[in-house]
Amino acid sequence: MRKSLTHPPHKEFSRINMKKRKHIWTTLFIILLFAWSIRQTETSLLDFIHGFSNMFDLLVQMFPPNWAYFDNVIPPMLDTLRMALLGTTIGAILAIPFALLSASNVFTNKWLYYPVRFILNLVRTIPELLLAAIFVAILGLGPLPGIFALGIFSMGIIAKLTYEATEGIDPGPLEAMTAVGANKIQWIGYSVVPQVTPYYISFVLYALEINVRAAAILGLVGAGGIGEYYDKTLGFLEYDKVSTIIICTLLVVVAIDFVSTKLREKLL
Amino acid sequence: MHPLFIIRLVCSKGGCGNYVIEFKQVSKIYPNGVIGLDNINLTIEKGEFVVIVGLSGAGKSTFLRSINRLHEISTGEIIIDNTSITRAKGRQLLTIRRDIGMIFQSFNLVKRSTVIRNVLAGRVGYHSTIRTILGLFPPEDKELAMRALERVNIIDKAYTRSDQLSGGQQQRVSIARALAQEAKIILADEPVASLDPLTTVQVLEDLKTINVELGITLVVNLHSIELARQYATRIVGLQDGRVVFDGPVEQATDERFKEIYGQPYEVKKSEKIINTPTA
Repeated sequence: MRKSLTHPPHKEFSRINMKKRKHIWTTLFIILLFAWSIRQTETSLLDFIHGFSNMFDLLVQMFPPNWAYFDNVIPPMLDTLRMALLGTTIGAILAIPFALLSASNVFTNKWLYYPVRFILNLVRTIPELLLAAIFVAILGLGPLPGIFALGIFSMGIIAKLTYEATEGIDPGPLEAMTAVGANKIQWIGYSVVPQVTPYYISFVLYALEINVRAAAILGLVGAGGIGEYYDKTLGFLEYDKVSTIIICTLLVVVAIDFVSTKLREKLL
Repeated sequence: MHPLFIIRLVCSKGGCGNYVIEFKQVSKIYPNGVIGLDNINLTIEKGEFVVIVGLSGAGKSTFLRSINRLHEISTGEIIIDNTSITRAKGRQLLTIRRDIGMIFQSFNLVKRSTVIRNVLAGRVGYHSTIRTILGLFPPEDKELAMRALERVNIIDKAYTRSDQLSGGQQQRVSIARALAQEAKIILADEPVASLDPLTTVQVLEDLKTINVELGITLVVNLHSIELARQYATRIVGLQDGRVVFDGPVEQATDERFKEIYGQPYEVKKSEKIINTPTA
């Protein structure tokens, strides 16, 4: 209210008007964008409503789940878990040099950390499914390409999160270790590592959560794990088996999420 | 008696190097044009307790950090124990720094690490990278670290996480780190600025004891002239990066400082009541 005393009222009004006009234009723009997207992708609400009955049919066919199939699901499910575990481990190890090289308070040279960050950004733009498809093309079918895909994928996530956490650490100990006469590796080991380790472990657990979910669909491109069974059972229209797999996946994902969340709470 | 200990005794009598700090026409101009240090020429002898005083922004911190090259100087040269730290490179720079301990206003310990690990961090310059990264310090080092902690009366906290300690205790751990480093010179940048009056006295008494008993040269930044007079053997006054006073404590009279600094140092004097220890 004090502002209206210092400004002439008409000026204030015109400012409000301008703000309003901006809002209107923004809203119009979004609506236009929306309409254009619908047109180009030929989205139709009617199709969706028509599809409803199909969806209901599917749900009926999925119920009851084929419990006998559970025994068949467990080995590939374990495979999926192993893939996620191995992929995360590879990613976690690869992420360490990348994270350190990207952190501007660890390596102060712009010509070093900008290119490394660029590589990281590049890696993170590739979806894990595409990565898996590429590795399948290189290494052939099976869990191995899946593991590599998850490794690269989680390296991107862990390195990015870790370098950001590294840039936020207390600079005091860094300065103290410089003063002590530590070389670069000792300097990192005694001032950066102890400060950033809890964050790093937390990010690795987070990547594991994501990887378990990602590993479940990698089989669609032939990269091993439970995904292959989705592909197979869906192909043969065995929906009762599909629902068994879904339930199994759900249980595993929820369990991993729970454990990881609890661990991360303890860490930070 | 352990042979290492004998060497230490001999060294403390002034046998191994004299560790004189020489400033030769040292200037520092920051990239934004601010003058940090303006043509400083002075020599600090072994065993001196030099306190640098001056208002905020006078260049105290820059002065101190240029000694161990945490800050680079623009022109001139700083010589420590007949070696130019200004021109030192790589390994040589690290070796010079190893002989210079540093104590900071904010203690700069790794808070998540134990006290003993923070003290042992002062030993890394003496061992190979692999050994230090794996934390494989020889037993002598651990004993040295423990004795350093004993000297500052905090040995019972050796295995406590550092963030469990009070400010004064943390500062004493950082003194122990400098002692374990077997530093010949200790630089302290406002070591008591974040401490209460009682712990201020304890920390400064610790520093004084180290200076007198071990013959370690001390260069300390303080903003309180009262404390400077109590503990220093020599006071250096800075203003706008220039040395405006340099002399023994006896010459650092109130009149002299009023002449140099005018009102602000009078204001500081009101803190006298709080800062003056009973000891």
